Amino acid sequence: MQLPRERGPISRHVIGSLVRTQDEAGPIAIGAAEVLDDGDAQLALWILYELHYRGFDEVAEDREWDLGLLRLRKTLERRFEHELRRAVGSVPVASGTGDVSAQLLELIAADDSPPVAAFLHRTASREHIVDFLRERSVQQLKESDPQSFVLPRIGGAAKAALAELQYDEYGGGRPERLHSTLFADALRAAGLDDSYGAYTDDVSALSLANANAMSLFGLQRRLRGAAMGHLAAFEATSSVPARKIAAGIERVGLPDAVAAYFHEHVEADAVHEQVALHDICGRLVEEDPTLGADVLFGAATCLHLAALSGAELLERWSGELEVAS
Amino acid sequence: MTGEVSVRVCPGGPLLVRGAEVVVDDAGERHPVTRPVVAVCACGMSGRKPWCDSTHKAVPAQAR
Repeated sequence: MQLPRERGPISRHVIGSLVRTQDEAGPIAIGAAEVLDDGDAQLALWILYELHYRGFDEVAEDREWDLGLLRLRKTLERRFEHELRRAVGSVPVASGTGDVSAQLLELIAADDSPPVAAFLHRTASREHIVDFLRERSVQQLKESDPQSFVLPRIGGAAKAALAELQYDEYGGGRPERLHSTLFADALRAAGLDDSYGAYTDDVSALSLANANAMSLFGLQRRLRGAAMGHLAAFEATSSVPARKIAAGIERVGLPDAVAAYFHEHVEADAVHEQVALHDICGRLVEEDPTLGADVLFGAATCLHLAALSGAELLERWSGELEVAS
Repeated sequence: MTGEVSVRVCPGGPLLVRGAEVVVDDAGERHPVTRPVVAVCACGMSGRKPWCDSTHKAVPAQAR
C-alpha cells in the first residue's frame, strides 16, 4: 500500500518521518482541538495503526516499533479515548441487573442513529451507494482484523466463542468467503478500486475514526473489554440494516456481487449478534466483572461513532439531492 | 467433531445451533450448515428460513 497524502501538520510529520529517514521519529506538539473528527489527527492515527496491519510499500517493517511514533500514537490515543469517554459518558446504561448482555441490549435498543440504511434502501442513488461503499472501505477491507488482536488476551469460554465468530468472519476455511474479500468483490463490482487503502485520501475524518476506534480497542490489552463491547454493538446493529442496504443495491441495479456482501451479513450477523452478546461479552464479564464497564463503553462508542458518520453521510447526500432537484 | 449438537434458545430471538451438519425444515427440505454456529428462525417470520434474518426485531415481543 502507498502512503496516503497528508492532511495537516500531524500526518505530515508521520509521513515525513516514515519516508525520509530510518531514524526514530522526533516529537511534535498536538494542538488543543478535538481529534475525534479531525482529519489530520485521524489520518495520522490510521497510518500509525496500519504499521501493525499491512504496512506501506516504501516503509521499513521495523518502523512498527519506532519509539518516537509509538509515543505520538499514545498521545493521540489518550486524547481520542478521553473524547470518546466524555462523549458517551452520559449514555444511560445499566438497569442494575449486573447482566452485561441485558445492559448491552438496553443500550442498543435506546440507539437512535440516523436512518442511513433506510435512506440507502428507499431513496439513495447509485452514486450515494458507491459513496457509502467507498467510505466504509477503510474499515471493511480489514474486517474483523482488529478483533483478532484480542484472542490471545482473553481465555476460556469467551475466547472459544470469539474464535468461533472470527472463523466465520474469515470464511470458515474458504478464502473466497473471507468477509474482507466479499467486500473487495463488492467494491470491484461497483466500479471501485478494491486495493487495500485505495480510498484513504478520499474518506472523511469520521470514517477514519470509526476504523481507528476498533484499532484503539484491539491493540491495547487494557481495552479488551471495550473491543468486545464494540464488536457486540456492531454485530447487533448490522443484520437488519444489511437487509435494507442489499435491497437498495438491487433497487438501483448494481451487480449481484455488491448486494451479496450485505446478504451474507443479514444471516451471519444474526448469528454473530447472539454469540457476541452472550457467549463473548456475557462470559468475559462473568469471568472478570471489572471488564463490565468497558464492555458498555465499547458498545456505546460503536453506536456513537456510527451515529456521527450516519448524520454526516445523510447531510452530504441530502445536499446533493437538493442540488439535483 | 463428537457428533454432539447443542441448541441454545435466545429469548425473543433465534435458536443458536452448534455441531449440526444439516437442518431439515418443516417441508422436509435439507439445508446444509456452512457455519461453525447457525441461528435458526424461531419466530416463523424470517425471509430466509430456516435461518434467522433478524425479522423478529420487527415483531412485537408478545407475538414471537
